[in-house]
Amino acid sequence: MSLRVRQPGVLSLLQDRGRFGQHHLGLTTGGPMDLEAFLLCQRLLGNSADCTLLECSFGGLEVDVDTDTLLCVTGADAPLLVNGKPADLWTTHRVHRGDRVQLGHPQRGCRNYLGVVDGFQVAPQFGSTATVLREGIGGLRGEKLAPDDVLPCRSDTRRPRLCVPPAERPHYAGQLTVRVVPGYQQQHFDRLQQRRFYSAAWSVSQRADRMGYRLEGPEIRCDIAGIVSEGICLGAIQVPADGQPIVLLNDRQTIGGYPKLGSAISIDASRMSQLIPGGTVHFAAVSPHAAHNALHMHHWRLQHLPLQPLPEE
Amino acid sequence: MTAMQLRHAGENAILISFATEAGDEPAGPREAAQVRAAVEAARDTLGDDLIDLVPSYASLLVIYDALRTDHLSVTQRLQSLQPVIDEAIAAEGGREIVLPVYYSAESGADLERLARECGLAIEEVIALHSATAYTVYAIGFAPGFAYLGHVDPRIAAPRLATPRKRVPRGAVAIADRQTAVYPAVSPGGWNLIGNCPQRLFDPEHTPPMPVAVGDRVRFEPIDRERFLALGGELS
Repeated sequence: MSLRVRQPGVLSLLQDRGRFGQHHLGLTTGGPMDLEAFLLCQRLLGNSADCTLLECSFGGLEVDVDTDTLLCVTGADAPLLVNGKPADLWTTHRVHRGDRVQLGHPQRGCRNYLGVVDGFQVAPQFGSTATVLREGIGGLRGEKLAPDDVLPCRSDTRRPRLCVPPAERPHYAGQLTVRVVPGYQQQHFDRLQQRRFYSAAWSVSQRADRMGYRLEGPEIRCDIAGIVSEGICLGAIQVPADGQPIVLLNDRQTIGGYPKLGSAISIDASRMSQLIPGGTVHFAAVSPHAAHNALHMHHWRLQHLPLQPLPEE
Repeated sequence: MTAMQLRHAGENAILISFATEAGDEPAGPREAAQVRAAVEAARDTLGDDLIDLVPSYASLLVIYDALRTDHLSVTQRLQSLQPVIDEAIAAEGGREIVLPVYYSAESGADLERLARECGLAIEEVIALHSATAYTVYAIGFAPGFAYLGHVDPRIAAPRLATPRKRVPRGAVAIADRQTAVYPAVSPGGWNLIGNCPQRLFDPEHTPPMPVAVGDRVRFEPIDRERFLALGGELS
């Protein structure tokens, strides 16, 4: 029982929620760039939050189904075909042995999550199946999907079909305001530099990947060249000597020595990861309290948003 | 005793930093011992509220589950650790690990040049590098890459102007006053002086790494025959 890969697409990676508790070995977190779309995919399928799904960046995926199960795609606005017929995203579909599923290139956003009931059955490494290419760890052989890869899964004919009501689906625009918890190294950036950072319209550069999103805009100067290397959290915004900030994401290195302005909150880091080069980012400072409240409200919504039952196909 | 400072690093992250004593080095063995003690103490006090810990030179990044707890509670709990950490470092923890190294031109491509630039004989470079018990200050850059310090100033050497595309696994290298063993084949700009046949990062092994932050590492020179017998590879 499995899905067989015909076309792997541009960058398709098996991901569970991420690899935690291994930073002391130098292993990063990995996991889904867009946690919201990932978690909603799990909920639609009736999965626990740490099942293994496929993160497909920039589309181009084609798989043959070799089992009877529910399949669901969430995330970027990309055309989904089941046996050549258009199928809705944010909706579970009953698929059968011999079916073909194709995910085209996204029109808005850039990352999709494709899941099946109970996720893909691959062995964890360091407690997680998350694929981190730089480390060669997780997924299948620590690599991205290749043609003829087999993704083992279970069969299921019992769970109900569900969808996220259209009004509740995320809308991936080409611009975003990212909330930032200012960090203690902010003191090394004078008031002018800080104003520049929070007032500029930043453009996502070509060098935006799972490690971090580099942004282009006015040069932000810092009165120190570097700091003693220290741990880096998700969303940390570091400013190297060229004055162009980098928002560090799931595959970031665990320690680093560039000065940091603060840290993007995780909800907005997720949303930002749906931007493609040329997308626009603004930053807004929030207090740790506000960040905490936003996280709780967001999490509550993800857990309790009513899903809509669908008739059998 | 240097007091620890707690600072917000993000929505679910607090950085504990240990102020370094005056000097030209970013951190000394004392800070490394404090960080090591803080790792244990933070694990104990935060329990299931903890997501991850990133020890580094003179700091420990604590990442907590913000859906279970909040920064006020975590800050309060971390602040109470000062006496525990003071006590732990007074007891002098950390292990000493000895790693075998085959120092030679064929296993360390930069050994001869480094010796020449430092104005030393190759034997002197080897003697100086293997005479120090190094402290593990941080692990990062790549899985299992341990930053060790500090090498004798007489063999300190700047990073290569152009990093190599491929440094072999086990390469023992120097950059400024730091030294390290490359745990896997990777790009790198450090000066290669030898090779260690012992695996520094093995996903199939428990524990996957022989060293942790705060441990001490010494290097023991071995000859070619012993290197090959221990499974060393020459590329």
